[in-house]
Amino acid sequence: MTTVLATENLSMSFGGVRAVDGVSIDVPDGFVFSIIGPNGAGKTTLFNMISGLYTPREGRVLLENDDVTGLKPDKLARRGLSRTFQNLQVFFRMTALENVMVGRHRHERTAIIADLLHLPAVGRQNRETRVQAEAALKRVGLAAVAEQPAGGLAYGDLKRLEIARALASEPKVLLLDEPAAGCNPVETAELEGVIRGIADGGITVVLVEHDMRLVMNVSDRIHVLANGATLAEGTADEVRADPSVIEAYLGVGGSEGKSRAVH
Amino acid sequence: MSVRPLNERPLAKDMPALGDRAGSAWRTILGPLERYRLTPVIIIAVLIALAPLLFPSAYYYRVAALVYIFALAAIGLNLLMGYAGQVSLGHAGFMGIGAYAVAIGPVHLGVPGWLSLLAGAAISAIVAFVVGRPILRLKGHYLAVATLGFGLLLAIVFTNEAEWTGGPDGMSVPRLVLFGWSVRGSQTWYWVSGVCLVLGAALAFNLIASPAGRAMRAIHDSETAASVLGIDVARTKLMIFVISAIYASVAGSCLALFNGHITPDAADFLTSIELVAMVVLGGMGSIVGSLVGASVLVVLPQVLTVLHDYEHMVLGLVIMGVMIYLRSGIVPSIAMAFRGWRR
Repeated sequence: MTTVLATENLSMSFGGVRAVDGVSIDVPDGFVFSIIGPNGAGKTTLFNMISGLYTPREGRVLLENDDVTGLKPDKLARRGLSRTFQNLQVFFRMTALENVMVGRHRHERTAIIADLLHLPAVGRQNRETRVQAEAALKRVGLAAVAEQPAGGLAYGDLKRLEIARALASEPKVLLLDEPAAGCNPVETAELEGVIRGIADGGITVVLVEHDMRLVMNVSDRIHVLANGATLAEGTADEVRADPSVIEAYLGVGGSEGKSRAVH
Repeated sequence: MSVRPLNERPLAKDMPALGDRAGSAWRTILGPLERYRLTPVIIIAVLIALAPLLFPSAYYYRVAALVYIFALAAIGLNLLMGYAGQVSLGHAGFMGIGAYAVAIGPVHLGVPGWLSLLAGAAISAIVAFVVGRPILRLKGHYLAVATLGFGLLLAIVFTNEAEWTGGPDGMSVPRLVLFGWSVRGSQTWYWVSGVCLVLGAALAFNLIASPAGRAMRAIHDSETAASVLGIDVARTKLMIFVISAIYASVAGSCLALFNGHITPDAADFLTSIELVAMVVLGGMGSIVGSLVGASVLVVLPQVLTVLHDYEHMVLGLVIMGVMIYLRSGIVPSIAMAFRGWRR
């Protein structure tokens, strides 16, 4: 089992608060690897460090055994790391299809002069990009709204649009930041199939999610964070049975546990 | 990922009938998609070709030529503002560089006018590249103030370097000579500026529907999302800033060559604001809108001269009225109303 993405002792502070404190994860190739934890546990901060939006204060990020710590997001994307966002980051002025076409950016090879003159290579490139983008839209079930402006789509559709856009970039590793947040049970169930399909297609998925049913059903491995530090790691059954996880979530075991669960 | 044959008509069967119809109006008027990308350019070209049939005097050619020249600059600025979402309140500075290039080149350096025009465009591109690097890191109001400062700086240079520029009185610009043909007169310039506008619009529509254009439009909505998809945000902003500077520079050169005279006014703050007003009034993110915006702001003051003292007041009221009732700008608002009406 080869490791495709790893962090070593990753840490980040905001104004003296250690949001992430020495977290090491090891994501095997082809896995659905979930990171869970109560609100404020540092999940999104960890994602932001892995995807290059934050520069970690300590520690390293390894992508396919290369040290990529501190690389800008666009450089990481070119190495095959893509992500979606908890708060939507959709290109609202573009159509759904164009959003996904932007996802193909790292595979597009035309020069600016060619683009301005619309040389034949640009037409070919556009057609190829379009075909791939349509395939990605179809994969998340959004083919019907391809030509609609993204600004007019429903919330659940926008969530899936972000996934399609990230998929179109053909990443090796895909980080999904709370894809089910704000989705109804039907949409969440659909999402489960989509995530499973992505992993079956050979893309490693790292998932941050609050919907426990989704996490338990879809994950090959689960990493639990609390207060910025690692609490536990294991399969769904192992994590579910772990007393410290139950304590962190439910606050069984006294006031300290309760305050953790609230934060 | 499954690959479909390249020649397959994309998604026609998947598209709802309503979306299809609404979509085609969207594409024809706002034109971002590739298939219909040059339809608006052809319409503009036909209008430019037919408009003189309605012109009773040479004066109309003159006003129309000014419209086309300002529309060219506005299209460049619209690529930056309306598509990439980066404001510039100093774009007249680049018009100034282009304008003074065609004046200083022939007068002081003996460089032919057409070569001076190209040199001006190259200088504008280099200036934009150098200035853009630091200031495009700024966002929103901060970027606006930084570009404003840049424009003021250039206007001061054009005013103070009197030895080269003639100072506040400006300098005369020798006629453009192309292959022994002297380009002169309102009618000739009507066609020259019309051709420049059509070419400029075609390049803009090409860009919008290209990979680089999609990257540029993406950073307007989310720089974060654009960057995690592999787009180098800083580089993309710089690229579009340079392109829009070249548009402004060529327009400035045309303006100077057409008028035969240039003063620092062409490069000053008010001209920058006029360009921004053309873009916003006509419609951000609409190339056709830039032509409409330039038409309104060039033609209206001419029409309103009959009101004498009240000219500026009425002009201001018209602009305010348009922005209140056609909030997204003239062309996008009408396009939206049209789509709503067809439903």
